[in-house]
Amino acid sequence: MAKKLPAKDVVLVGFGWTAAILGQELTDAGLDVLAIERGSWRDTSTDFAVTFAQDELRYMWRRALFEEPARETVTFRNAPDQEALPMRHLGSFLPATGVGGAGVHWNGQTWRFLPTDFVARSHNEQRYGPLPADMTVQDWGITYDELEPHYDKFEYLCGISGKAGNLAGQIQAGGNPFEGPRRRDYPNPPLDMVYGPTLFEAAAKATGHKPFPCPAANMSRAYTNPLGVMLGPCTYCGFCEKFGCGNNSKASPQTTVLPVLMRKDNFELRTDCEVLTVNQDKSAKRATGVTYIDAQGEEFEQPAEMVIMCAYALHNPRLLLLSGIGTPYDPKTGEGAVGKNYAYQITSGVDVFFDDKILNPFVGAGALGIGIDDYNGDNFDHTGLGFIGGGYLACWDTNARPIEHHPTPAGTPKWGPDWKKAVAKNYLTTASISTHGAVMSHRNNYLDLDPTYRDIYGRPLMRMTFDFTDNEHKMSDYLTARAADIAKAMNAREIHAKKRTGHYSIVPYQTTHNTGGAIMGADPKTSVVNKYLQSWDLYNLFVLGACAFPQNAGYNPTGTVAALAYHTADAIKTQYLKNPGFLVQA
Amino acid sequence: MITNINHYGVAGLALAGLLASGSAHALDTSFAKITRGKQLVDAGDCVSCHTQKDGGKKFAGGRAVETPFGVIYSPNITPDPETGIGGWSDEQFYQAMHDGIGPDGERLYPAFPYPYFTKLTRDDVMAMRAYLNTLPAVKNRPREADLTWPLNHRVFMRGWNMLFFTPGSFKPDPDKSAEWNRGAYLVEGAAHCGACHTPKNFLGADKTARALDGGAIQDWFAPKIAGALRDGTGGWSVADIAEYLKTGRNKFSGAAGLMAEVVANSTSKLPDSDLHAIATYVKDMRRDKHPSPPPPPEAKKPSPKMAAGEAIFTDSCSACHGGDGKGTPGLFPPLAGNANVQQRDPTTVIRVILNGARTVATDKAPTTAAMPAYNWKLKDDEIAAVASYVRNAWGNRAAPVDPGAVKSLRDSLRKDRTGGS
Repeated sequence: MAKKLPAKDVVLVGFGWTAAILGQELTDAGLDVLAIERGSWRDTSTDFAVTFAQDELRYMWRRALFEEPARETVTFRNAPDQEALPMRHLGSFLPATGVGGAGVHWNGQTWRFLPTDFVARSHNEQRYGPLPADMTVQDWGITYDELEPHYDKFEYLCGISGKAGNLAGQIQAGGNPFEGPRRRDYPNPPLDMVYGPTLFEAAAKATGHKPFPCPAANMSRAYTNPLGVMLGPCTYCGFCEKFGCGNNSKASPQTTVLPVLMRKDNFELRTDCEVLTVNQDKSAKRATGVTYIDAQGEEFEQPAEMVIMCAYALHNPRLLLLSGIGTPYDPKTGEGAVGKNYAYQITSGVDVFFDDKILNPFVGAGALGIGIDDYNGDNFDHTGLGFIGGGYLACWDTNARPIEHHPTPAGTPKWGPDWKKAVAKNYLTTASISTHGAVMSHRNNYLDLDPTYRDIYGRPLMRMTFDFTDNEHKMSDYLTARAADIAKAMNAREIHAKKRTGHYSIVPYQTTHNTGGAIMGADPKTSVVNKYLQSWDLYNLFVLGACAFPQNAGYNPTGTVAALAYHTADAIKTQYLKNPGFLVQA
Repeated sequence: MITNINHYGVAGLALAGLLASGSAHALDTSFAKITRGKQLVDAGDCVSCHTQKDGGKKFAGGRAVETPFGVIYSPNITPDPETGIGGWSDEQFYQAMHDGIGPDGERLYPAFPYPYFTKLTRDDVMAMRAYLNTLPAVKNRPREADLTWPLNHRVFMRGWNMLFFTPGSFKPDPDKSAEWNRGAYLVEGAAHCGACHTPKNFLGADKTARALDGGAIQDWFAPKIAGALRDGTGGWSVADIAEYLKTGRNKFSGAAGLMAEVVANSTSKLPDSDLHAIATYVKDMRRDKHPSPPPPPEAKKPSPKMAAGEAIFTDSCSACHGGDGKGTPGLFPPLAGNANVQQRDPTTVIRVILNGARTVATDKAPTTAAMPAYNWKLKDDEIAAVASYVRNAWGNRAAPVDPGAVKSLRDSLRKDRTGGS
């Protein structure tokens, strides 16, 4: 029997980026807020200090910062007629455990989605005609213009380094001309550029593209954010993704919000506690709180006036399913919305091997690079191409970590003296262009509870059913070919285009950009939450994160996840608290 | 402000309790007096020593205060009549503050800084009492002091007082501004800055001729704060000093260790006018009154030790502090020109390299930048080399550090003399 605790105004489930944002905003509004985090406390000086932060074996290969599959994992299959099996090692994506969530170990690539991304169905149908029957793409129920102030707020919280391309409708030289209009420039100038990306930049320009420095949550200079929290200048050490930053120079909850939030009397954090269910009252109109279990195995019932689910994109839909909230999605009938429209990212790359150019790729940062957006979203005419959507191409210089980074040309043996020779020859002289493609939602790509496999608490694991469709492959092949065009213009010794072929494999690492499953929209029949990420079922339940994306765009998700979180916080502060209830009538 | 209102709300209840328990002394509970008292109790940082570490009730005592002669456990100064000071008369309270004499006539140990508090006016002492009376009474009887002979005999303190203690009140200097005098009154009185920052003789008394010239305390070296350019605050403006005390950092330095506690519990709570007054007084302390030892001559050729130190610095320190030692002011302290680094006694710089340090978080500067410990990573001679390097690079000048000093500090830091309280 769970022990019942005194009620709180707000319970946040999980304590990563979205919970840090909601915690900060709602404590500012005077609410008594409790965050419940399954992992432990983590802080720069104790958990990823400069004395040991750059330990590739510990953090990357032994996965010190990630979710432990022995505690929780997913089962996976490519298609509904297959049997799903549990992932016993992390592979294609790397969710976090612990304070700060994946905001600790991200690269810092901080994008805004395109205005047309938010109206993907209506825009594409208007321009290109009806979409295929099984493509379950939806409009978001929110527009870019509504999110713009919230993107801005996050960029200033983080101190994003970048160059505006569209200031209030005026195209700016040197920035991304395809981006939606922004109210002001980034708070910090772009990072200092390294050699490889400048070669890409020149070739992209020469081939008629519009290159720009990618927006980065790595600091190009010391920065004090609007909360008064200070970040230090990036040292370009190349240990961002999969690592915590030892130098306070990558934006994370720890380096932007927590120093202020943790000092507040009306905020409390309980770590090493996992929420088991979100509870609802008999009327099924209102959440009553959560039940969680602590590290000693004791269960507690925590009542709350509001429950805000801030766990990772894969965990929020699962918790909804485990709690019996909403109607589970059924791919046969297309009815129900919880678990619907799981999507991901499709990536590929072109390696560019030079003989005469020493690139020193170990001088890197998580979002250090030059990109082009000419082939993202609907920035180009898709007529006759057979797909919708797109992605950015970028020449990143994120790292050249010694265990992970061994670029070798096609035909090189996988081991032995010839492999070693090839690594030694190419380590300093190889650049890479990556493509970062959207994944449209599809009828048979979804999340539900696994009928067989269970977690350590005896709850069903989440089952992921996912594969790339024709749309993704055609689009990714198109992007890869464009990347190869630019690579050729870089006048290297040789290039090696690595297309993404065949079924999606969950084994090799790709990106931790899982989306959908608790999607937002304008219609309760086809979405789980409204534009404020408020549950259509329980008015005092909000479900945050990339699980709200109806399909995935051709960008990294964090900027949009955070903008949606600020949008939610704003709606709670300015509308909900005055009159708790549904903010959108079904 | 809300905190204050709550505070005085609680205070009312505590007072009612006191009156009901029949305490004899008259209470002047006017708001202005209590406010003034709180300001002085904050300035005196009473809460730090009179609160047990890790969750002790505020002002209820029991904190182990480490002295060169053993450990003293601070008394309970809440108004509890049995275990606190609720049963004391005003006269007994004044006698403790002004003369260092306890309620039963016993001599107090100067870990309680009565040699400073003696400068306070009687009015101010009574205001502090009035504020302390508003605290919730907590029943807590801390343990007895654990001192070495002869200091374990309180009677010994009679002789100590005869030698080193002159009771008396602060005498304003009519040639100086009211602000300067307010600063002097706080620095020499309630704030008792010299308790850490003034060097001590072999019996733990201040070397008064060298006030604020830097002092060794609890395996730290509280730096010189008299106005020398190289190893004092001579290069700091009045605004820089006030900013440091308010926020815990400025463009030169960040408060860590014992000073972090002082900023968090004391100076960050003082009104800007008092901080400005303190800064005005400190800034005016004449440099020629406390001449720093002349810096060692600049070496013609870098010694092998400097070369080793530079290599270690480049590998282990430059990511934050910069190859040029300029750091990121406000986050990673600049080492070039850093007074703390160039103290005559290198204890603090060695300690920070060994154990790391965490800067204080304040409302104005909430980022707790921290330096990690290198004690597991660098050997004694390596720490000595890198400490010597930072003490002599970029125009810094100070005596090199001996590996033996690193070893003895490393050994000392391993011992916990306070039992964690």
